[in-house]
Amino acid sequence: MTTQDAVRYVAKNMRLDLRLIAEMIEPGSRVLDIGCGDGALIDELTRMRGCDARGLEIDMAEVAQTVARGLPVMHGDADSDLQHYPDRAFDYVVLSRTLQAVEQPREVLRQMLRISERAIVSFPNFGHWQLRLQLLIGGKMPMTSVWARPWYETPNIHPCTISDFFALCEKEGYAVERWLAIDEAGRKSPWRRFSGLANIFGEQALFQLRRV
Amino acid sequence: MDQNDSSRISHQSAVFADGLALDCGQILPSLTVAYRTYGQLNAAKSNAVLICHALTGDQYVGETHPLTGRGPWWDMVVGPGKPVDTEKYFVICANVLGGCMGTTGPMDARAPGAAPWGTDFPPITIRDMVRAQKKLIDHLGIARLFAVVGGSMGGMQVLEWAATFPQMVFAAVPIATAAYHSAQNIAFNEVGRQAIFADPDFNAGQYYATGRVPSGGLGVARMVAHITYLSEEALSRKFGRKMQGRAAPAQALALFGDMFQVESYLQHQGSTFVRRFDANSYLTITRAMDYYDLAAEHNGDISRAFAGTRTRFCVISFSSDWLFPTRESRAIARALNKAAANVSFVEIESDKGHDAFLLDEPDLRRVLAGFLGGCAQHAGLEPSDA
Repeated sequence: MTTQDAVRYVAKNMRLDLRLIAEMIEPGSRVLDIGCGDGALIDELTRMRGCDARGLEIDMAEVAQTVARGLPVMHGDADSDLQHYPDRAFDYVVLSRTLQAVEQPREVLRQMLRISERAIVSFPNFGHWQLRLQLLIGGKMPMTSVWARPWYETPNIHPCTISDFFALCEKEGYAVERWLAIDEAGRKSPWRRFSGLANIFGEQALFQLRRV
Repeated sequence: MDQNDSSRISHQSAVFADGLALDCGQILPSLTVAYRTYGQLNAAKSNAVLICHALTGDQYVGETHPLTGRGPWWDMVVGPGKPVDTEKYFVICANVLGGCMGTTGPMDARAPGAAPWGTDFPPITIRDMVRAQKKLIDHLGIARLFAVVGGSMGGMQVLEWAATFPQMVFAAVPIATAAYHSAQNIAFNEVGRQAIFADPDFNAGQYYATGRVPSGGLGVARMVAHITYLSEEALSRKFGRKMQGRAAPAQALALFGDMFQVESYLQHQGSTFVRRFDANSYLTITRAMDYYDLAAEHNGDISRAFAGTRTRFCVISFSSDWLFPTRESRAIARALNKAAANVSFVEIESDKGHDAFLLDEPDLRRVLAGFLGGCAQHAGLEPSDA
């Protein structure tokens, strides 16, 4: 079966940060992956963890390809489609590397924790030292391998730092159950106990939130 | 023109002597459901796929049509090795209630030996069509359909199946459809109906005895409808402003002179249609589409139709379909989300308009095959490779 071989191939080569996310999810859970892309995470969760995992994806070509692989994906986006799900429809809702690109991050988080018991969110950390240094020394919008596009064409309209995100969670009353800083490749960074250091040295952040 | 020819063919059918109670309150004293099957029903009777046909389709989904001699109408989708694979699935397709290919409809005698129903045939609904199909599925001894698949009016039946008999539908694929018929769609249907009424051969619906059918009116109805199945882009690409003959439009400036290719094409569509379709059936079925409003059947909320459903859905639309535009499919998908249903939703890029669902659209084939394959694993029809 060539299609199944293709599925295996993707699962084996899953992005490291997606693998970290998959490990945070209890087997047998109901999961919505917002911005599921090629469906690698929902495929992994369905096959290896017995989850009822579904995807939401804005890129229609990705949607067609992923549905054609037998995975349940709906065309839509975080800003306009979450409101159509009922309360507590899921155990986990995942938003990876997308929060900074949505129009209303706070509302998206609210919706995520309305329709789900838990939310798993990853985002690139705008507090990383390279960015700070570039802005301080060069006086221009920083560009790194994570923040790779110039300010006038980046889709990342709402960048934030790890400290910013902690503050928002406190303001909104979300319990941070787990968090960690990871590098661009998705490897864990050693700054987990010290958020101030993570905010300087972590390229990306991964949070697990729960509604209180 | 002669009688509609389909009355002369014998169609495979099941007869239900207990008749059918209709939404309108009337009871059809006897019900015949004409159908075709392809492939083998497995021992567990768990691999049945019901195909629901559109307004002018019929049960001959996977074989040469006995009347027109044309190839299978959903050749791209149904057959050996196709997305609805007749080597894996037992495919069933029934002529809809009110149709003219063997299932009980206005062409049939009201009682043995009596005159045909004509326009006295009771008004029917999409749900009535589904109830008639349900009788056939019961008759075939199938407790649960692996999948129900259909486009356009067939998609309406798919939704109705999932809403009315949820425990009987493992997977549902409504394609190029909507949960209600829009004002614009009703308007186009009404033009078609008025064209039929205006034909002197219509004879208030009792034209069967006269030997003359309202072919002019039915042909115009088909021509109008056919425009709505295409897109401006597809028409321009196919015909542009080309004339039938070699004359430039300016030289052909005469009322009955040379004609545009698009005119000739539409006239051909009209004239071939009247040879295979009954005008009273057309009236009955278009009316059933117009009545269709799934939300109205469920206190104004489509999601209530699917409350607690365990059916897996794949909603598919086409980007250039203006008869059943993508926003209608998105509304269905969102209602299914609201019901916490398992739903996939894909809009397929195509410039071929509503008709795209019947044509060679590789993305449609891929999505359909992949979705059904995934469902087959969940249904235990295929080993999972986990």
